[in-house]
Order: sequence, then C-alpha cells, then structure tokens
Amino acid sequence: MAGRVLDEVFTAGAEGIRLAGDWTLRGLDECLPTLRRALATVPPDARWSLRAVRRMDSFGALLLWQAWGGRWPAALEADDAQRAIIGRIENASARALPEPPRASALDAVALLGKGLFAFAGHLSGFVALLGRLVLDLGHLLHHPRDWPLLEISANLHKVGVKAMPVSALVGFLIGVVLSYLSALQLRTFGADAFIVNILGMGIIRELGPVLVSVLVAGRSGSAMTAQLGVMRVTEEIDALAAMGVSRSLRLVLPKVVALSLAMPLLVLWTSAIALFGGWVSAWVELGIGLQFFLRALPDAVPVANLYIGLAKGAVFGFLIALVACHFGLRVKPDTESLSANTTASVVAAITVVILVDAVFAIATRSIGLPL
Amino acid sequence: MSERATSDAVVCLEGIVTRFGRNIVHEGLDLTIRAGDIVALVGGSGSGKTTLLRHLVGLSRPAAGRVEVFGEALDAGGAAARLARQRRMGVLFQHGALFSAFSVAQNIAFPLRELGVISRPEIDRLVALKLAMVEMEPAHAPLMPAELSGGMIKRVALARALALEPELLLLDEPTAGLDPDRSASFIRLIRALHRELGLTVVLVTHDLDTLAQMATSVAVLAERRIVSHASLADTLAYDHPFVARFFSGLQARCGQPRGAGAG
Repeated sequence: MAGRVLDEVFTAGAEGIRLAGDWTLRGLDECLPTLRRALATVPPDARWSLRAVRRMDSFGALLLWQAWGGRWPAALEADDAQRAIIGRIENASARALPEPPRASALDAVALLGKGLFAFAGHLSGFVALLGRLVLDLGHLLHHPRDWPLLEISANLHKVGVKAMPVSALVGFLIGVVLSYLSALQLRTFGADAFIVNILGMGIIRELGPVLVSVLVAGRSGSAMTAQLGVMRVTEEIDALAAMGVSRSLRLVLPKVVALSLAMPLLVLWTSAIALFGGWVSAWVELGIGLQFFLRALPDAVPVANLYIGLAKGAVFGFLIALVACHFGLRVKPDTESLSANTTASVVAAITVVILVDAVFAIATRSIGLPL
Repeated sequence: MSERATSDAVVCLEGIVTRFGRNIVHEGLDLTIRAGDIVALVGGSGSGKTTLLRHLVGLSRPAAGRVEVFGEALDAGGAAARLARQRRMGVLFQHGALFSAFSVAQNIAFPLRELGVISRPEIDRLVALKLAMVEMEPAHAPLMPAELSGGMIKRVALARALALEPELLLLDEPTAGLDPDRSASFIRLIRALHRELGLTVVLVTHDLDTLAQMATSVAVLAERRIVSHASLADTLAYDHPFVARFFSGLQARCGQPRGAGAG
C-alpha cells in the first residue's frame, strides 16, 4: 500500500528524480516514512523535476529543502510558483525560532528565591486584604446604609443552606464509623457508657468544626475563588471599580461575613447529625438507648466545648472565605492561572484551618475539659 | 483529493433551517461558494452569520438542510474521513481562541503535532515559516497569549489556522478590535496569503473597509436567508432595505471623499 503511494509522488530514474502528485501535508501523510528514506538515498548532484507536481505546500517544500541539504540543486525543473514556495522555506530558515534556555544549577536558586518572594507576596497581599476588610467594617459602622445585605443573604443561602445536605450525609457517616470503631474497643473493657464521652467530646469540640471546614473549603472556597477569578478574566471587577464601587465591600465582605455566620450554624447542624449517627451505631452495637444518651451527654461534655466548637466554626469560616477571595483576586486572565489559584485556594484554606485548629487546641487546653 | 478543477463548489449550503428555541434564525437558506473566492458574509446583529460559520465547521448542526464542504456532506464517511475533511479547513475565531496555557510557538505547532508524522525540527521550521507569513518575529515565539496585544493575538490565531495549509479559511470578524492601521495590514496579509496559497476564504464582518478591500463577492444575510450573493458593485445596486442601510456609509463614501458619515 505505502509503496504504491510512494510511486505516485516520487520516481528515481536514469534522467534524475521525478516528483509528481500532491506534495502537501495531507497528500504525503501516508507514505511519509518510506518517502523520507527514499529522499535520503538521492545523490546530491541529481537532477530534480517538479513538472508533474500538482500541489505543493510548505511542508512538501520543507521536505525537499531538507533533501537538498539547505541549498538549491544545480539542475532543477520547477515553475515560478513552486520556486516561490521553496523560496519562503529558504527565507524562513534564516529566521529560526530562538532556542529555549537550558536549565542550570543557578535556576534552582532562582526558583527558590522566586518561591520565597511569591510566598512573601501572598502574605502581604493577605494582610492587605484583611486590612481593607477592617477599613470597610469601619466605614460600615459610620454608614449603616451601605451594608451589602442583599449580597450577604445571597451568599448565606449559597454557602450555608445549600451545604446542609452534603454536610449532614458526611457527618452522619463519620458519626457511625467513629462510634462503631470506639464501641468495639470499649466493649473489651466493659466501658460501654463512655461511648457518650468519646463521641460528645470528639465531635463537638474537634471533629465537627474541622470536618465542616474541609467540606466548605472544597465546596464554597473553590467556588468563591473561581467566581472572582472569572470575574477578573471577564473584566467585571474592573467594571465595578470603574463605577466607583469598592470591590472589597461588594465582593469580599459579603462572602466573608456570610461564611463567618454560616459556618457556626453548619457546625451545629453537622455535629448534631454526627452525634445522631454515633448514637445509631452505639444503639446497634452496645444497646444504648436514646434517653440514656441524651441524659449522659451534658454530664460528659461541659457546655464550654460547644462554645469552643462554634467559635472555631466562625473563625474557620472567616479564614476560608478570606483565603478564597485572596486567591480569586490574584487570578490572571488565562486558564492556567485560574486552575492554579483555585487549587492553591483550597489547599491553603485547609492548611490554615488545621494550623489554626492547633492554635485553638493549645489556647483552650484548660477550658471545658472535665477532671 | 482530486478537486484540482477549481471552479466547483467548496461550500454548498442547501435549505438550511436553524432554530434557537422558538427563535428561527435561518429558514431555507442556500449558499454556494466556489473555490478561490473571498466571500464576505454580512448581515445585521443576530442574523446568524457566526452560526452559519459554525455550521460549516461542524460545531453546530442545522435543524434541517444540507451542509456540503469540498463536495461531500459534512457528516459523510467515518471518523477518519471527517477528521481529514476538518483538517482542510482553518478557522480564525473572533477572539483568537489561543490556548492560554501554550506559548505562541506551541499554539501554532499544536495542529502540526496532532498529526503525529512531523519531526520536532521540522515543526519548528514550519512554525518559524508561519510566523514569518503573518509578519511576526521569531522572538515572539516564546511569548504567552496573555502577553500579546489584540492585533498580535489575531495574527497568531491566523498562523495557527494556517498551520495545516487549509484550502478553506473561515474568518469570524477578522478585523474587529484592530485599529485602522493594523486592520489594513491584516487585510493585506490575508489577501497576500489568498494569492499565494490559493485559499477560499469566507469571512464574517461588519467593517465596510474590510469588506470593500478584501471580498470578491458579498453574501447578504437578511430575512433568514441569503438575499443576494454577488460582487460588491452588484450588491450595492441591489434594491433591498437592509442592503441600503448597511451599505449607506460605503455608498456615501464612494460618492464623496472621506469624512461625512464615517463615525
């Protein structure tokens, strides 16, 4: 098959090389490997005839130019149009693409430096955004009519109400699993009743807020970053600024306020469902009734833990929204930057949440723990 | 591939009907474009010019009617045949549609690399050639699309559309957003390429200067069909309210030297 096609475009005879047919990218596609081999065997002083070539494009011309070793052959039969096409290849050879720079050891140092500067840039940008937010709040204290209430309530619905089903599902399952695994251990000690302490303490103080934060960072944080990023790409943010509307007041503040308000509520909701899931599992495994569970819970878990859990929720929500907005406003108008910033937003938000959670654990180590 | 006899139709649209919901855009639209022509497609905003272009590329399908390109129905043959037909067309999208994650050189090299038969050094030389064709410097090759001006984006997009040396070039608003100077040089560029490569060009435009300087014929899209497809001079003489309104500026300008209504 390929051989037959080759004969259609290339014949080497006693009087020289005779080319024919379509010398185009599409025409040569099928017989290209055999044609390359055939061209490589042609002696440099051969006569070339292009009379029978029907069409030629720059790829065909490039093949010939390479076969000729980058100069015109002494004996060439070609019409003016073909010579013009090959001439373009000759001209373009003089203007080769610049070589990509090679990597060296110095680049590693430069990369490290760039990374450090980028980190410092993020830090200062984040602090600047925080400062902007404080100034906005100050402004709102004096001008209560400027509160972006519509945006806040829309965001509240988006990040709070719509997140309820998924956080309930995840909370319930985590509660079931945690309770089941603990019950197996407790039963070996005969300490069945302590399941209430484990679930209550673990879920209300620690697991509830962190679980919801991870969910919300993935769900709402990424959405906020992507939204702000696309608004930047489509110049909507510039349009707002051109109308004299503060982007931090209209875009950042409602998101931060809404998430700071919604998160404690979500934490409450998810912790309650997780406790319920825990009770279901404890009831199946250990036969603990709902009455007993509810009566033992306030004794096992001082109410301060609930406040700590809710406070964590509010702080985490504030941080997630702020981080998401920070990365969203740094998106540059290309797809790569959008995806990089959305990823960075979620990763940074979860990391910050875990870090702050550790700070909380140390700061509240003497609060709300029985003994 | 034996359409060497170049007078036959490259594009043939028959009885095209397009609907968006209850809004009928085209109704029984016919258009035939012969090889080697530069056809300007003009019509009011929302008259479905870009949609017609998308039908030609196969990005959308008409509700009824027949789209033929290079003498075959657009969906004829297997996947390989359709792909081969697709590669005989180049499209310049209105906003360039460069891949923002790729550099200029990678953008132009992309269709070549997709073929999988061309070696790396050959691709580089072809990219250099295409860059030279659209009057750009090799130094522009490593730039990213975000670093380019509007005119340069159009040039790179044109170079990419020309990468596979298409026989049919579709241009959607090629000069929109360019200043008159750049737009004039872009027109010169496309005319030169048309002369050298023997392309068939279909362009959608609102710009009368572009139209007057480039098109060998004008197809007027109004009342949901092509009401006239003729040379510019004949189109100007054609009696139709849309033609009268659309070309009023041009007619005025032909009558009197620059100025009056050229805002």
